[in-house]
Amino acid sequence: MTSPNALYNQLILEHNKKPRNYGKVADATHHSEGLNPLCGDHIWLTARLSQDAIDEIRFEGQSCAICQASASIMTTQVKGKSIESVKTLVQDFRQVVTGQTDSISSENNGNRYLQAFSGIANLPARVKCAVLPWHTLQAALSGEASSSTEGSGDPVPGSGSPAP
Amino acid sequence: MSISVTSPLLPVELIRADFPILGRQVNGNPLVYLDNAASAQMPQRVIERLVRYHSFEHANVHRGVHTLSQEATGAYEAARDTVKQFLNAAEREEIIFTRGTTEAINLVANSWGRTNLRAGDEVLISELEHHANLVPWQMICKERDAKLVVAPIQDDGSLLARDVIERIGPNTRLVAITHISNALGTIVPIREIIVAAHAQGIPVLVDGAQAVLHTRVDVQSLGADFYVFSGHKLCGPTGIGVLYGKRQFLEAMPPWQGGGDMIRTVSFSQTTYNDLPYKFEAGTPSIAAAVGLGEALRYLQDIGIERIAAYENTLLTHATSLLAELPYVRLIGTAPQKAAVISFEVKGVHPHDVGSVLDAGGIAIRAGHHCAQPLMKRLGVPATARASFTFYNTLEECEALVRGLTAVSELFHG
Repeated sequence: MTSPNALYNQLILEHNKKPRNYGKVADATHHSEGLNPLCGDHIWLTARLSQDAIDEIRFEGQSCAICQASASIMTTQVKGKSIESVKTLVQDFRQVVTGQTDSISSENNGNRYLQAFSGIANLPARVKCAVLPWHTLQAALSGEASSSTEGSGDPVPGSGSPAP
Repeated sequence: MSISVTSPLLPVELIRADFPILGRQVNGNPLVYLDNAASAQMPQRVIERLVRYHSFEHANVHRGVHTLSQEATGAYEAARDTVKQFLNAAEREEIIFTRGTTEAINLVANSWGRTNLRAGDEVLISELEHHANLVPWQMICKERDAKLVVAPIQDDGSLLARDVIERIGPNTRLVAITHISNALGTIVPIREIIVAAHAQGIPVLVDGAQAVLHTRVDVQSLGADFYVFSGHKLCGPTGIGVLYGKRQFLEAMPPWQGGGDMIRTVSFSQTTYNDLPYKFEAGTPSIAAAVGLGEALRYLQDIGIERIAAYENTLLTHATSLLAELPYVRLIGTAPQKAAVISFEVKGVHPHDVGSVLDAGGIAIRAGHHCAQPLMKRLGVPATARASFTFYNTLEECEALVRGLTAVSELFHG
């Protein structure tokens, strides 16, 4: 059979198995709940910010391997970063999973943690799984208590959704 | 492959040659299509019938005096006769073409429901229902201040007749139950339920979307008051389905949608409606799809639904025993009476990941909630993986599924 490793590479499998920063930030200043109602991916994000930077960030939830690895990798990538850098990362992550790797910023060009998700671009039905944690982070930073991959807040409108 | 004398096996290799799509590759592997419960594939005969219709017979129906319109009308109405015969309905006027099962149920909910449901009345469904046989009733019950009553299932996914029957009470106005569960494959003791409901004068709507390809349906013998199904679940095109209704019910029901074809006379002050079945077929129908559905039913009848059911049962038995041997697989829905649908989970792996890894090997299964979110909640899972087999699948494909699941386990558990 064709190797599924293009999608499930070692980095993704490893972060799925041993997610980093799993749990809750006790004295969180920001939080948000992210839900993909179509597949049931459900995560809770808590973060503590100071001086325009993310000091601490954790996630909990039930989700597929893609979503869990994405959340885990995201926390490692944004921890300690300024909000400005985080926004660039979120934007660049979206470019990677939608196959627009040419458009990613010089700051994150060659970031292997982002590149690990490039295989998703061939599987539109799974793009939202990968994007959900990043979408939820954006919601948390904007002070929104919850976010969904469906409806007006759809982070990737027009991408595949599971059929009935 | 050894074929025992008593085995009702089909000439599967010959049958597979009828389906062009089964010859294709997916991700570099021969397609193993195990998502038949979502949509079955079309044989060449149906595809050719659609091409012939579009190439040489197309015009609008019931309107023109010209030759093409008459030929299109003839083909469309012949499809109705085929459906009537397929279901053994008493009259052709009892066959209404709809866009599918969902539209057929919405038609009954809106037309029959709005006329017959009053505050405090009850519509009785089951925990097995697909959203199509749940949400329309929820909507109309809310509008009419009526109550939706839900019969529970057993932990193995069985629906016991007594759990439905004991909920039929003085306020029950309709029982709306699936014939075979799309999510679990459970075969519902629908005949027993209908007999008990009728004893109390309560009509029954049967959601046959998952049943029509897998069991012989005779609506008169079954006694169903309404029976609905979709064309694409039995090798026909999408966008076409059927509402069968007993004449007495359909006659008494007001039209649902208004427009062309469903009228007799129209003035600005008043409209009189057409007779059955046209009263419920407003606007230009899916003519080609209806013609294609007719061809699909003839194709299936040539093979024989009973033979299909018997063969599918051997696939179910084989695949179930293979999957039961995998320690990391848990079967979900193990009712004693089942169609060839196997819902399962690979322990610790989300169904979407199972689906993606299998897809890399060319194996198509369904992963998700199967449009039955309340059922998933009842079973305590967010979603399941589902392999569904039909008469063009092979015992070898059951084994390919096992190899695929072994790869899933090696990737995530290894």
